[in-house]
Amino acid sequence: MALKQREVARRLYAKELQESTLFYKEHDDAYAPQYLLTPTGAKCNRVFVVGTLTEKENVGVDADYWRARIADPTGVFPIYAGQYQQQAVTQLSSIEVPSFVAVIGKLNVFHADEGPVKVSIRPEFINVVGAETRNRWVLETAEKTLERIEILKQGGENVAKVHDYYGTDTSPYIAVVIEAVKTLVKES
Amino acid sequence: MNLKELAEQIRDRFSNQGVKISASEIEQRLHSLVDDFKVPTEEASRSVVAYYSKLNLQQVSASATEVIYSKIKDINTEDKWINVRVRVVQLWEPNSPSIAQVGLLGDETGTIKFTSWSNAKLPILKDGKSYSIRNVVTKSWQGRFSISLNKASEITPLDEEVAVGRAEEEISGTIIDIQSGSGLIKRCPECNRVVVKGHCAEHGTVTGLYDLRIKGVLDDGEVVTDVLFNRELTERLTGMTLAEAKERAMEALDQNVVADAMKAVTIGRYYIVRGNKTPRWLLVTDFTEAPQIKDEDISAVLARAQELL
Ligand SMILES: [Zn+2]
Repeated sequence: MALKQREVARRLYAKELQESTLFYKEHDDAYAPQYLLTPTGAKCNRVFVVGTLTEKENVGVDADYWRARIADPTGVFPIYAGQYQQQAVTQLSSIEVPSFVAVIGKLNVFHADEGPVKVSIRPEFINVVGAETRNRWVLETAEKTLERIEILKQGGENVAKVHDYYGTDTSPYIAVVIEAVKTLVKES
Repeated sequence: MNLKELAEQIRDRFSNQGVKISASEIEQRLHSLVDDFKVPTEEASRSVVAYYSKLNLQQVSASATEVIYSKIKDINTEDKWINVRVRVVQLWEPNSPSIAQVGLLGDETGTIKFTSWSNAKLPILKDGKSYSIRNVVTKSWQGRFSISLNKASEITPLDEEVAVGRAEEEISGTIIDIQSGSGLIKRCPECNRVVVKGHCAEHGTVTGLYDLRIKGVLDDGEVVTDVLFNRELTERLTGMTLAEAKERAMEALDQNVVADAMKAVTIGRYYIVRGNKTPRWLLVTDFTEAPQIKDEDISAVLARAQELL
């Protein structure tokens, strides 16, 4: 019996997600999972993000449809949860703004007519967490981002695709890592 | 590789087993096979190794006290000739006619995959039986070691049973999901199977006994692992005892409230988990919450980033 492999939850900063627009499928079949290939070479279907819930609003007319914003040190993750994300809808409705939250979710893409591609997160689960979890995520995401950049420099599997689409300059993403990690340094 | 280097390699392989053969003697045999008999180098090497292995076996059986058995947990190099004392833990279906047997062998220190090649024509290993197996070769694939039984291997059944310890693994990551079948469950009093709607798959309608467990998913951003927490560890992980769980379920008239409460205190948090690996699960034996990040961790990442700029 072939068990379908569960998609790994990738770690990346909001700034990188905002600049990611290359979606692709590995197979032509309609049910094949869609992946987002990011400028540092992360291949994402599911993500795990931790940040501050800064806004939430139920914008649904007939049914619940929640829009929320989660900020990390580099930018904002847009979150949309509707009737197929019932667990997340229930959680969003009760979490206070602002709070540190952890979100596990799938990526969603909007192709507005003629407009830019916009990526958001469709949450599977949202939980309130403590500052220690948030700090660990910021550090872990820095490590994962640097690891990806190192792999790109050595010529990993998606290098050609990443270079063709986004170019070869990874320095802006190294700068983003430094900016994010510096926020963890305690003022003394 | 020239024949001199090859001879030295073969010499080292045998000296690892405590057998001393001069490299020049090996080289001479190789030259004879390659130059005089026009045998390809690879085949010549194989032939010479087989020759000395047989010789070695005779010497070994003459002085049986000198056999050194390797422990499975110490196997960490490729292409090394070793001896093991093991029990057959599992036999799998070979996926090729060139393989006579494939499965898992174990000793006190852990388990390892083995392959017995058809052309070696070795005696068949029986499930659960213990053996001394001499002259097997270590192999490595994608970072995992295995042992290969070949023509030179010698299998002796043992009267005593070899105890099998399972090597524990330690992994870290975030719990990103808790699967259905977690929380408050009922087990069959006869066979301990999970009872679904008062029904045991083996014993039919039974009065189940309450238990707690978590079937979690631990994700480190690269790999996902299914992790199974038993009752004691579930109580420690969630801070909810079996008695409290039963009380909550009764108040709500719904068993699912227990799993929901457990999700609320675990999902999205970082843990370090130890346990025994089975094909599907990591059976958790201990865990801790990940420690707070340290200043050294921060400076290490900053230095790594600077280096990439
Ligand atoms: Zn039963």
